[in-house]
Amino acid sequence: MSDNPTADEAVSDNLKVSKIHEAVIRIAGNSQDGIQSIGGFLARLAGRSEQEVMTFMTIPSTISGGPSIFQVRLSSGEVLTSGDEADVLMAFYQHSYDNHVDFVKKDGIILYDTAHVEPDPELEKRFRHIGCPIAELTVEAIGGTAKDKGKNIFALGLVARMFDLDSERLEGLIAERFKGKPESVTETALSAFHAGHAYPLTTLAEIYEFEEPKARDCEQVVANGNEALGYGILAAGVRFGAGYPITPWSDIMELLRRELPKYDGMFVQCEDEIAAVSMAIGASWGGRVAITGSSGPGIALKGEAIGWAVMAEIPLLVIDVQRGGPSTGMPTNVEQSDLNIACFGGHGDSPRVVLAPSSVEDCFYTAIEAVNIARKYSTPVIILTDQAIATRIEAFGMPKLKEICQDISPDLTPRDDHKPYDLSAPDGITQHAAPGTFIKSGKYPVVTGLEHNEMGHPSGSPKMHLDMTAKRHNKLKALGRDLPKPEAYGPDEGNVLLVGWGSTQGSLREATEQARKDGDSISALTIRHINPLPEGLENIFSGFNHVFVVENNDGGLYGYGQLCSLLRARFCDPKIEGINKTDGLTWRVKDVLARVKEKLEEK
Amino acid sequence: MSAIADIERKPLTKKELAADHPTWCPGCGDFSVLALYFKLLQKRGLHHEKFATVAGIGCSSRFPYFVQAHGTHYIHGRALPYATGIALSRQDLDVFVFGGDGDAFSIGGNHFNHCARKNVNLTYCVMDNNVYGLTKKQTSPTSPIGFKSKTDMWGAVDKPINPMQQAISAGATFVARTTHTNPKHLLAMMEAAMDHKGFAFIECLSECTEFYDGAFDSSNPRKGGEFRELPEDHDPTDENAAYAISEELVPGYFGVYYQISRPTKQDVEAEVNAKFLEKTKGLEDWEILQQNFDKMK
Repeated sequence: MSDNPTADEAVSDNLKVSKIHEAVIRIAGNSQDGIQSIGGFLARLAGRSEQEVMTFMTIPSTISGGPSIFQVRLSSGEVLTSGDEADVLMAFYQHSYDNHVDFVKKDGIILYDTAHVEPDPELEKRFRHIGCPIAELTVEAIGGTAKDKGKNIFALGLVARMFDLDSERLEGLIAERFKGKPESVTETALSAFHAGHAYPLTTLAEIYEFEEPKARDCEQVVANGNEALGYGILAAGVRFGAGYPITPWSDIMELLRRELPKYDGMFVQCEDEIAAVSMAIGASWGGRVAITGSSGPGIALKGEAIGWAVMAEIPLLVIDVQRGGPSTGMPTNVEQSDLNIACFGGHGDSPRVVLAPSSVEDCFYTAIEAVNIARKYSTPVIILTDQAIATRIEAFGMPKLKEICQDISPDLTPRDDHKPYDLSAPDGITQHAAPGTFIKSGKYPVVTGLEHNEMGHPSGSPKMHLDMTAKRHNKLKALGRDLPKPEAYGPDEGNVLLVGWGSTQGSLREATEQARKDGDSISALTIRHINPLPEGLENIFSGFNHVFVVENNDGGLYGYGQLCSLLRARFCDPKIEGINKTDGLTWRVKDVLARVKEKLEEK
Repeated sequence: MSAIADIERKPLTKKELAADHPTWCPGCGDFSVLALYFKLLQKRGLHHEKFATVAGIGCSSRFPYFVQAHGTHYIHGRALPYATGIALSRQDLDVFVFGGDGDAFSIGGNHFNHCARKNVNLTYCVMDNNVYGLTKKQTSPTSPIGFKSKTDMWGAVDKPINPMQQAISAGATFVARTTHTNPKHLLAMMEAAMDHKGFAFIECLSECTEFYDGAFDSSNPRKGGEFRELPEDHDPTDENAAYAISEELVPGYFGVYYQISRPTKQDVEAEVNAKFLEKTKGLEDWEILQQNFDKMK
């Protein structure tokens, strides 16, 4: 509990109530314990209480079982990351205790299940330990048949008591969660919750209460990145998609399969990744931008087809929810190592647009931006998210859906004449006439992967290949000029600029805040548009002595990560250097700062 | 969708339908398929904007360039999923897919099976020449054992695919076989395929004079062979009979081996949607989405 708790005079049940600003709670157990749902409830409660929240979870890539954690950071102020250290660790098993005790803050609280955890006497001196027979009391509360089921809800009750959370709202959320199930299920869950809530926290001697958060001018919603992206795709007007299951992308395809029928749309589960991308391209050619997506290995399989879409200049939305690679790699861990394949994974010269949302909220808006870029520039657009952003929960303002939702139905207005690949078109931007469009001249276009003339018919002319290749990159240059100018977080001059993309934004910003507090001159910059890069980056870089590109990928042979290499190639500036790691976990703020310090000491 | 009233328009002439001059070798069977496709479009009064022609890669897959209409020349083996994307999202269009044996049964083999299984409403005409022609005489998945190619100089060794049996077992609902040397039959099969609701597959023998001359002589009366139609008592709804009679590859029989009625992919998806649309009736798109966001509060 970051701010020093100020003792409150109020006393309830003989427990002192201390006001806190924020708390980081790490729940560690096994994947089948339902600890994600405790975190989910806490996150949703925070959203409803106008608090900020961010979660972090790890899941084993086993089929069933294995250690798993869910961490939630609740705050009455701004939350940039899910927190480096936990104020409270809830340990269900010995392995949960042993593996996560290092993440507990000095004087932090460890709440453990007495049936499964034997605390270390040494550690008992450093942390406040509270034993509770979680499993046993759960069984007592809801009956023996439930086995381990329900102890997550019991634990939620405990946390609710400890932080004086709004029990009524939590009960409401529990009831909502089990809506549609037999009433007894909800009753059982509520019994478990009440039992946890009633557990006497006497050894703790105090409970905590969050400060009143700043009132917000709009309602908050709580979602993870995959949900935000999925709903953004719907808001953008996309009505057709095709995919193949792969973690962590599958959530998005499941969401679209479930939601698209409401709009008379369709999502098709295909026989493979290549069929999925091909089906989406076919539908896009039909006149309305379609979506496909995957994670690393699947993106590799889609590569040829994306190259075709670049050549034929077909708008398309491709989602890549990155995970640890290469190959099957670490399917349930985060990594930012698909930037290269997204930008350069095509055969031949095949420029495409690559965007990287930097928060859960940004996933929603990036989906819409991507669809509109795809349409305007008639190009495939790849959105790079990653496992961390896909699975973490954040609260954000309710989008103004009435204003945002758009209709992108095909335009089949008859035309006098049509030249799909008109070299004299402004900025070389193609606009296709979808099939079904009557063309009065009687000359119809063909779309093809062969180099072609302005009508889309094959051409082996050297000049045509020269002109068409230029056309395909010129339109992205035009997009680059249109992109919003990036802005530094923090002062735009100083010693160190931390550059990042995607899910690392929060860590870099929090690192900047901390460093500034300690008197170090650090600012941060998030690059949301990876390809093309926005204009004006060099002006920002020129304000700093060092530009460190912090990424969740390998520095490789020469010490530069994937974005770092791109920036060095683009700007030829030796002060651009890489800070990289590949442990499959999100960047912790203290690790970022330690690596910056190390880097500066090397000088 | 088109602003042009169809009744005022005459069927297109062959000249209006023809685009680039075909780049096929003289004598290639694919010329007949193209000529009869034009005939089909004329006969059925399909105008330029009412249909889409899609192909993958191969000699036969150059097809869309020669047709004056909206068309796509896609990547190797993936014409079917691409065409599925159009057929599902633009159900106002007639979708025709053309390709060769390599496209259909080798690199695109998986898609063939799944498109058949899903019963996507489109017409797929495979111009089977039993050889890779565009890349100049390598073994194809339908090359007979013993066929000498640049990749099997001592003669092909792998058992060839049986297109009829493959289609039937994959779940195609219309399976027919014809040949480029019998234009009347070819047109009849195309018409029947177009009229079929669901995945309609035609294998059309189409000789490659350059790399597999005489491959189908045994089915060509002009070359001393016999054009054998399926026996009159063949019941195209009898799956086992259709499978059994398709055992022989060349010359084999010609006609509709198998045809049944099963809901198309379009039908089953529409049925799913209908249930949802009942609930969202009268709501704007943003209001439907708002319901999701309200649940995330």
